[in-house]
Amino acid sequence: MSENFTPPDESSPIIELRGCSRGFGAMQVLRDISLNVYRGETLVLIGESGCGKSVTTKLLANLLEPSSGEVFWNGQPVSQMSAEQMRKDRLKLGYLFQGGAMFDSLSVYENVVFGLRENRKMSEADMREIAFTRLREVGLPASAAQKFPSELSGGMRKRAALARALAMSPEIIIYDEPTTGLDPIMSDVINELILQARSARPVTSIVVTHDMTTVKRVATRVVMLFPLARLPQNESQIIFEGTAEQAFNHPDERVHDFVHGISGKRLQELFAA
Amino acid sequence: MASSLLGNSPTDRTTPIHWLGWMLLTSVRTVGDAAIFTSTVALGLATRRSRSAILWPIFYEIGCRSMPVILITGGFIGMVLAVQSFDQLAAIGLQSRLGSVVNVSLVKELGPVLAATMLAGRVGSAMAAEIGTMKVTEQIDALQALGANPVMFLVCPRFLACVLLIPALTLLADGIGMLSGWYLSVQVLGISSHLYWFYSDSYITSLDIISGVIKSIFFGGAIALVACHRGFHCSSGAEGVGRAATEAFVCSFILVLAMDFLLGVFFIQLQHLLPSLRSPLL
Ligand SMILES: Nc1ncnc2c1ncn2[C@@H]1O[C@H](COP(=O)(O)OP(=O)(O)OP(=O)(O)O)[C@@H](O)[C@H]1O
Ligand SMILES: [Mg+2]
Repeated sequence: MSENFTPPDESSPIIELRGCSRGFGAMQVLRDISLNVYRGETLVLIGESGCGKSVTTKLLANLLEPSSGEVFWNGQPVSQMSAEQMRKDRLKLGYLFQGGAMFDSLSVYENVVFGLRENRKMSEADMREIAFTRLREVGLPASAAQKFPSELSGGMRKRAALARALAMSPEIIIYDEPTTGLDPIMSDVINELILQARSARPVTSIVVTHDMTTVKRVATRVVMLFPLARLPQNESQIIFEGTAEQAFNHPDERVHDFVHGISGKRLQELFAA
Repeated sequence: MASSLLGNSPTDRTTPIHWLGWMLLTSVRTVGDAAIFTSTVALGLATRRSRSAILWPIFYEIGCRSMPVILITGGFIGMVLAVQSFDQLAAIGLQSRLGSVVNVSLVKELGPVLAATMLAGRVGSAMAAEIGTMKVTEQIDALQALGANPVMFLVCPRFLACVLLIPALTLLADGIGMLSGWYLSVQVLGISSHLYWFYSDSYITSLDIISGVIKSIFFGGAIALVACHRGFHCSSGAEGVGRAATEAFVCSFILVLAMDFLLGVFFIQLQHLLPSLRSPLL
């Protein structure tokens, strides 16, 4: 764990999900999730593909509405916030989307400065400065700035998207699979960047990842979600919550097998089916 | 909350009563949703200016790049009208009036409807597909996360471009149709050029042209709103995007024809109420 770790302020969750459920059509994805995100922590969300991690982060960012339950930002229910306040508060939150979600019709540079241009009265020179610093930080050459997202490789696109999420210097950053599709060196660079972001400023990070190296390096707290379809009726969908170390030594087979990448039990289930 | 109430799943539609309820709720929701969508666009138009860097490419795409297809279809429509009307007029010995038939139909009906059809087919489905793709690839979420209102940001420039440029496209279709109809009538069907224009002029009133242009503005607005709305409600995957594009064309085209009928009736009533509007063009 990083030595720069700022201890979380346990008293006031910066984002809170209280009893949130969400489904799509007839399919229920999340059931009665309660999750607190504390100021200054790096919360890592793990779980099988399709178990609802991205949906959870979208609920946290209020990009999706829960079908029941409530989301709180700084103790305030988001459903009761005015549109203007919501827009302002949202600027404190950076979101790296799983697929990058770069705007196809804009160049990489315009993508990175998009939030600044829309919300801050800033000179072009200042924006250039920020954009090129961010691009350099994520390991992209300056020549990438004038390209369009379709001209970049998948990994480059992901990093450009990260530069865009960081451009506004947000207080809370949600990374949805920041290292998926990157080579090992670049993954390490991104992990370092996540650590740096919080050493420079008291940022709160929420990281969704399948990469156990990332879990070990950045997590101050790990939360594991389990797919609702295979979960016993009365059990909470959050089957584990604790430090990375606890996760790696957990007695629950589901947690243990997942973090160590052991397919044994799951394989049997799949063959039996 | 609303979504669980509305029974999204097919399993909720087990009996005719369930089905009726589902139909009713879905239509109420769609109408309400479209109203909120339209009012957001109206608010966006009133309160914010789109950046010119965003605006110009859209204007170029919708205006300039629609011109070739408008020129081609407009040209053929003029000739088709001339050929089809000629036989019937010749049967009653009035072929010299061909110009009036061709040109009145063009400016009142075919010009605006043709421009709207081309706009709906070329631009409307493309807008629905573009916005649908943005939705599927989380770009709409990204807009929201970066502090932009996706409806205002994406729809307002497209709405403006459609509403402001469709009159020009309509007049272009009118003009090229008139020229091609004239060329065919004079060169192939042997009508006197003088009579062709003389009768055209005495039958077309300024209201005909103005009503055509006004109708086209309504068509343009409807196409932009319907296409963008379908894009925003695109379901996931390439199939969803394709369906949104098709729906955009079909829905906007039905709406265009319905509006054409209603506005046509309106302008005829207006002409009866205010006969002074019936002045010839020149
Ligand atoms: N917009 C949507 N429409 C319909 N279904 C959706 C939508 N978003 C997510 N889902 C469904 O919700 C479930 C959870 O999706 P989610 O993207 O949260 O998974 P995940 O845990 O992030 O998986 P991965 O690790 O593969 O990214 C999936 O079964 C998916 O099909
Ligand atoms: Mg995901």
